[in-house]
Amino acid sequence: MDFSFSDEQQMLQDMLSRLVREHYGFEQRDQVRRSAPGFSEAFQAQLAELGVLAVPIDEAHGGMGGSGVENLVVMQELGRGLCLEPYLESQILGGGLVQALGSESQREALLPALAAGELLLAVASEEPRTHYRPEWTETRAERAGDGWRLTGRKSVVIGGQAAHRILVVARTAGEPGECDGLSLFLVDPAAEGVQRRAYPTMAGPWACDLTLEGVMLADDALLGAAGGAFEALGHQLGHAMAAQCAEALGSMQQACELTLDYLKTRQQFGKPIGRFQVLQHRMVDMTTELELATSMTILAACVADEPASQERSRQLIAAQHVVKRAAQFIAEQAIQLHGGIGMTWEYSLAHHARHLVMLGHRFGDDDRHLKAYADLLEAS
Amino acid sequence: MNIHFSEQELAFRDEVRAFLADELPADIAAKVRLGKKLSKQDHQRWQAILHRRGWYAANWPLEYGGTGWSVVEKHLFEEECAAAGAPRLISFGVNMVAPVIIKFGTPEQKAHYLPRILDGSDWWCQGYSEPGAGSDLAAVKTRAVREGDHYIVNGQKTWTTLGQHANWIFCLVRTDPEAKPQAGISFLLIDMESPGISVRPIITLDGAHEVNEVFFDNVRVPVANRVGEENDGWTCAKYLLTHERTGQAGIGISKAALAHLKEIARHEVIEGRPALEDPLLRQRLAEVEMRLMAVEMSTLRILARAQAGGVPGAESSILKITGSEIRQAISDLARRVLGPHALPFLAEELQLEHDGEPLHADYSVAPAAQYLNLRKLSIYGGSNEIQKNILAKAQLGL
Repeated sequence: MDFSFSDEQQMLQDMLSRLVREHYGFEQRDQVRRSAPGFSEAFQAQLAELGVLAVPIDEAHGGMGGSGVENLVVMQELGRGLCLEPYLESQILGGGLVQALGSESQREALLPALAAGELLLAVASEEPRTHYRPEWTETRAERAGDGWRLTGRKSVVIGGQAAHRILVVARTAGEPGECDGLSLFLVDPAAEGVQRRAYPTMAGPWACDLTLEGVMLADDALLGAAGGAFEALGHQLGHAMAAQCAEALGSMQQACELTLDYLKTRQQFGKPIGRFQVLQHRMVDMTTELELATSMTILAACVADEPASQERSRQLIAAQHVVKRAAQFIAEQAIQLHGGIGMTWEYSLAHHARHLVMLGHRFGDDDRHLKAYADLLEAS
Repeated sequence: MNIHFSEQELAFRDEVRAFLADELPADIAAKVRLGKKLSKQDHQRWQAILHRRGWYAANWPLEYGGTGWSVVEKHLFEEECAAAGAPRLISFGVNMVAPVIIKFGTPEQKAHYLPRILDGSDWWCQGYSEPGAGSDLAAVKTRAVREGDHYIVNGQKTWTTLGQHANWIFCLVRTDPEAKPQAGISFLLIDMESPGISVRPIITLDGAHEVNEVFFDNVRVPVANRVGEENDGWTCAKYLLTHERTGQAGIGISKAALAHLKEIARHEVIEGRPALEDPLLRQRLAEVEMRLMAVEMSTLRILARAQAGGVPGAESSILKITGSEIRQAISDLARRVLGPHALPFLAEELQLEHDGEPLHADYSVAPAAQYLNLRKLSIYGGSNEIQKNILAKAQLGL
């Protein structure tokens, strides 16, 4: 056992930590958040230049072949800064799906551009009636000549407002609720029949809803075998969930640091409020949840690279459950310990709290993961 | 980053597993699994088996008869013992007073007491808490007055676990009532057979006799039985408490308890189906199992840090708090899953060797009593609230 970062991982962390501090001050972030495309193109360019965008991409396609642990390092720092760039959706989930399902020519066409920051991907896995479960996909793709015709609606595609290409989960066979029959298509959002409605999310980054009305796709828009995307999708969502844990971890650490500082400086009744035992114990409870969340984030990062198995699923689900429960607990306690100031838009803590609570709405909140784990219980 | 045990550590685990399969008496393992009370003889039998293998004093340095195991090996040993249903070692001698004697004792004290702990000649109990000194341990009032080569000890200790079996007790006594609370305490080893000592049982809410009151009425204790300097007993006390706090997450015990709970849930029937298929129970089980996974990972991280030479700090308090909460949660579910069959209070079946037909099932006797008994976990060893005070001060600087 060894829970320390390698020298290279440590360097990556130091570099990113500096970069985020320099470029992602509170006011800068608020400005970025308010204007299109909803993230900082300058910061994204920096990430490209420093090779950060290439970290999770396969070495054979212009990337660095980073593992789940490298993803952890990157996402934790982006989470500390509440960065708005679609790193998780584009580089980790989008890139991972292309790597897992794409043909060699599709990989060659997409991954080097992704690694270089010339291509932005988004993943459209949610629909009005999926609620985190892609097997309930209703969007359909039908054979049309040599290609496909795509019809349906996609909800809350994070980063979709700015993506050059969107990976759309659609049903080529079977009925909603079935795992078989799901396929993955690469869609140009500028294509005829695609309507994009963009909006900011409560979590911070921007997203869009998609209406797909008979969108005509070429045959090579399909990634992988028709109807056989479910397994790879599940596996890559596992990577994304592990990365999301790390993003939450960075934000939780920041929220805890801000709160601890506040307890030591805010004076009431003639002394720092951190002298009151009831507040000390709450802060300890937050630290305890942070400790457990840290452990599960590390576990998730390490098992994410393993091949699919029940054990891997259980561990990733457990990590999501523990981290999301901790995230909401820390968000709520941090606001409470700050009092009124924790409620204000002008203070970064409020934005960490928003992010920490709302990230449960991507990939599922702690209750959804509790149910998922309960379903897998028997095998253990 | 590597979350796996090394080849060498896995080989060690196999060796421990094989030993337990061969040597752990089946009757003792069955009692442990079903939560029945162990007799003094049960404990002594198991200690003797471990001692024969040289594995009884796992935490001692090699030169005194210890194992020289790494912290990870000690963890694996505890995990495997718990999984196999081995009794938890009674720590007062081997893992509490012995480390103090090794660290602060004279050569004569080491030569006399340590071999007797190893071979089971002595059964130790702990004389720390008093009616007026619980979490505020430095408030101990039991008085020791020097008279030539002896101290004359008067006072009362309480919550003395398994004191009814013990022939020795280590005590914190006040030797200087004028000094500041921590400064006037000494650490004394007292023969329980000394005239003037009396032991009275305290029956706890589960109906069991596990703890006692110990009274000292002009008990004569040789000065040679003092460990460390006079009035410097607090140093020993603190050192011992750090030993008491490690390993308190009880990961192995919780895993075994959870496995047993699932076993009960396979047999109990709710609405015509095994309780294990009940969605609500499954969610409660899932919740505790996921949290246990998190505490286990935290334990491994702390072990890895210790293995690399780091000193375990306040974070062991996090393990104590979360580990005790999990054990309590598991015992709560074990009681609930029995439904009405948790109600019969069968002290006889619980306490003694019971060969008769069980009322409902062999597994249904203990859980309610165990649930009540395990309330102690968040109280002893520094209550969970005291652990939070430690964390607030030491880790957060509040």
